[in-house]
Amino acid sequence: MALYSETVMDHFRHPRNVGVIENPDGVGEVGNAVCGDIMKIYLKIDNDIITDVKFETFGCGSAIASSSMATELIKGKPLSEALKLTNKAVAEALDGLPAYKMHCSVLAEEAIKAAILDYYKKNNIPYDEKQFSEKKEGYFDPEADGTYPDKK
Amino acid sequence: MNVYADNAATTAMSETALNTMIPLLKTGYGNASSLYGVGQTAKEYLENARKTVADCLGAKPNEIYFTSGGSEADNQALLSAAMIGKRKGKTQIISTKFEHHAVLHSLDRLKTMGFDIVLLDVNSDGIVRPEQVAEAITDNTCLVSVMYANNEIGTIQPIREIGKICREKGVIFHTDAVQAAGHIPVNVADDNIDMLSVSAHKFHGPKGVGVLYAKTGIRLTNLIEGGAQERGKRAGTENVPGICAMAAALKEACDNMEENSKKVSAIRDRVIDGLSEIPHSRLNGARSPRLPGNVNFCFEGIEGESILLKLDDLGIQASSGSACTSGSLDPSHVLLAIGVPHEIAHGSLRLTFCETNTLEQADYVVKSVKEVVNYLRNMSPVWRDLETGVAKHII
Repeated sequence: MALYSETVMDHFRHPRNVGVIENPDGVGEVGNAVCGDIMKIYLKIDNDIITDVKFETFGCGSAIASSSMATELIKGKPLSEALKLTNKAVAEALDGLPAYKMHCSVLAEEAIKAAILDYYKKNNIPYDEKQFSEKKEGYFDPEADGTYPDKK
Repeated sequence: MNVYADNAATTAMSETALNTMIPLLKTGYGNASSLYGVGQTAKEYLENARKTVADCLGAKPNEIYFTSGGSEADNQALLSAAMIGKRKGKTQIISTKFEHHAVLHSLDRLKTMGFDIVLLDVNSDGIVRPEQVAEAITDNTCLVSVMYANNEIGTIQPIREIGKICREKGVIFHTDAVQAAGHIPVNVADDNIDMLSVSAHKFHGPKGVGVLYAKTGIRLTNLIEGGAQERGKRAGTENVPGICAMAAALKEACDNMEENSKKVSAIRDRVIDGLSEIPHSRLNGARSPRLPGNVNFCFEGIEGESILLKLDDLGIQASSGSACTSGSLDPSHVLLAIGVPHEIAHGSLRLTFCETNTLEQADYVVKSVKEVVNYLRNMSPVWRDLETGVAKHII
């Protein structure tokens, strides 16, 4: 059995929406290089609709695939819908991720939220803070834990 | 093109090993402890293999104990030396920060049993200095364990000098020679080694077989109780076909060492030279003294697991010290021990070659790695920051 599903490998081999948007309406970057994962999401927003999205990722196969899938899931969608995207939805769309790679899908969700938050702040648009501060189930805080919960 | 370049992880069995093992699986099924013919024949095979292995390592046959592999040999060596020390009231053990986990985790356990574990720093060139060992030894030291050559970065340690120091101070010296045996000259007598671990599958032997060498006079402590096999020190009916295949593979490796080493070093050097052309990359560990087949590079701005997946798509099998490939958050403890920063260590690639690889493959590997590094850098926000001056290059 392979480490990753065919869908993960497809998005890893042929990532959708890789790149940069010049003069983006919102940018979000999460993760850190010390831990080995960084995701950066660029958004173009028109009338509360995500008209374009690009990503750059430093990370493993599942990090790249999660970024790619997440951008596909929010492209052309209203912000309200993009804000509802969960890491579980990203992982499910990828036909699953190994348990110790679930944090990659969390990063994807967080990167999108960070980009939307950036857009709200830049444009002085009021927003519901709760939508951005919710701690995800299964989220793993490297600073606090040091090793993955399921690592032997 | 398919290139298997992960020979430090495991090797394919050689024809010699297969031709020894397969017939023995059919005919050598006797229990070497039985008195009837087929058992005694197995016993004969076993003792011949013991002599072959002893000859290859410069040991005496009764100093060779067959185990299930390198990890078991490491575990038993450390526990045995610790128990000898305990009987003499000595409880300090000296080792290094970049040992294999079979050693490090055994030491963790000995620590919980009350032993004082000192792990020496490793120089940035990946080589432990004999003086460090000399300075660390005290009247309380019962064991020094330093690997012969590192499994990730391939640097060869000054074993003979360290062994000499230990001998002068009356301290047992163990070396994990899993990556060295069969690849570079290893001689327990010349190298002042008291205990040594070997694993068959690192030199084209089968998996599940290894050797613990213990110098005459060193009393082993059993990990496995239950029989008189291996002079009562390792119970369990002997895996005669596997042991004989290991002996044949080791002999073949030792007989052809000079020729193989020349060939494999040429492949290694071609790859090191080629990969050195990639900007902001570096070879981990000293270029010399280095195992003939080991190449270990870091590439700034990218992550190791993606490099491996991309290379696999191109038909190249390799490994990495990135956290993502280890299932833990930290990258390779070896790279961290030689001072490679976390963010660089995540982008490491280990390629390990053997004598069945070719220079043509070396060129293909260099070309492929260059492509993959470029591709991944182009989608990396870290690389963009480095290239646009937002962050500073480290290498």
